[in-house]
Amino acid sequence: MINMKEIVTELGLKVVSGEADGPVSGGYSSDLLSDVIAYAQKDNVWITLQTHINIVAVANLKELSGIILVNGRQPEDATLKKAIQENISIMISNMSTFEIIGRLYSLGIRGNNK
Amino acid sequence: MNNLIHETSKIQEITYELKIQDVMDTEYQTVNSGMAVGSLREVLRKKRILGVPVVDGTDLVGIVSIEDFIKCMENGKLGETVGTMMTMDVKTLFADEPLITAVNKFEEYGFSRFPVISRQTGKLVGIITKIDIIKGILKKLETAYQHEEERRYRASHIFNDIVADDISIDLKYFIEGKNFDKAGEASTGLKKTLNRLGFPPDIVRRVTISTYEAEINIVSYTDKGEIHAFIDSNQIRIVVTDTGPGILDIEKAMLPGFSTAPGWVRELGFGAGMGLPNIKKFTDKMTLESVVGEGTRLETVVFLDSNKNKL
Repeated sequence: MINMKEIVTELGLKVVSGEADGPVSGGYSSDLLSDVIAYAQKDNVWITLQTHINIVAVANLKELSGIILVNGRQPEDATLKKAIQENISIMISNMSTFEIIGRLYSLGIRGNNK
Repeated sequence: MNNLIHETSKIQEITYELKIQDVMDTEYQTVNSGMAVGSLREVLRKKRILGVPVVDGTDLVGIVSIEDFIKCMENGKLGETVGTMMTMDVKTLFADEPLITAVNKFEEYGFSRFPVISRQTGKLVGIITKIDIIKGILKKLETAYQHEEERRYRASHIFNDIVADDISIDLKYFIEGKNFDKAGEASTGLKKTLNRLGFPPDIVRRVTISTYEAEINIVSYTDKGEIHAFIDSNQIRIVVTDTGPGILDIEKAMLPGFSTAPGWVRELGFGAGMGLPNIKKFTDKMTLESVVGEGTRLETVVFLDSNKNKL
């Protein structure tokens, strides 16, 4: 299984919280939190444009391997604080969702099987 | 005071439990008896030690210390060999003796170090100093402490230790409406507690996910509410109540995608019309009652029996 560290290096992500280390079981992308709650799987990397503190709660609940924020979006202060406290990895990319998912796919990251 | 006595007796216990071979230094320095006293100083200085056993071949023949060296210096005998000035009547310890023996010998002789020999072969196998003893005891205490921490952390034995026909744990969380910065705190708290109680990860995940959705509903639509968790030996039952506006059409509210969320809720990524369907998806039983203008009561159950686990 690919490690988050490799993803960070390959995609040139900026890690702003957490260790960004550990296995990545697959990927999920959605900006609707309940949708992520319903369909993301443990150790998935989550690609979103949401920056609100609730993304930390969702990542924590679903035990995701990390959150990638797209289009260079910065997490809110409260989000960052909570993410550091809960040891949730948040990474920032300047790429768009489409572009970043394409790169992830070519690294071998797949969506979850229904 | 009681604690102190407890700690002291714990250390005493450790000095009987640990053997000298558990704490002794096995990467020790030796010199041979033919070495010039002048060179001895270099050995002691380089290794930052105050004494060293003298070994010829494999036999322990003596021990020299910095004091012996100083005496030689005073008497102008730096050119002589270690063999002429070493202490030949060496006090030793056996590797398999309990640590308390070493403690007593240090007390009795006032030495700084003892060579340790094997009872079987009579050969030198290590050196022990007071520092080694302290390090050994601290290490043992640390291990004991870690075990205690782990034991305390896993509270799962609660269910086995308490004598009763059945036991239930009752947890209450108060939710503030419209405060999205605190949203999720109750479910995160519940998650931590369930983990501590030692429930399987998938059970914890299902319970906390459904609780989180309910918590978000309270925050989004009401002024305040309560989450009540009843945990017993075969299920986790969550009762969520609020004094909010109530749900007009429960059947409709249960449909995926149906939402009455205002814009500001949607902007935060909520209001997708999936909250209630998600709660149903992740629990074994779900009951929803609501009176418009009075409030809503949601009850969910997750069974602990693994056969009924969904995820």
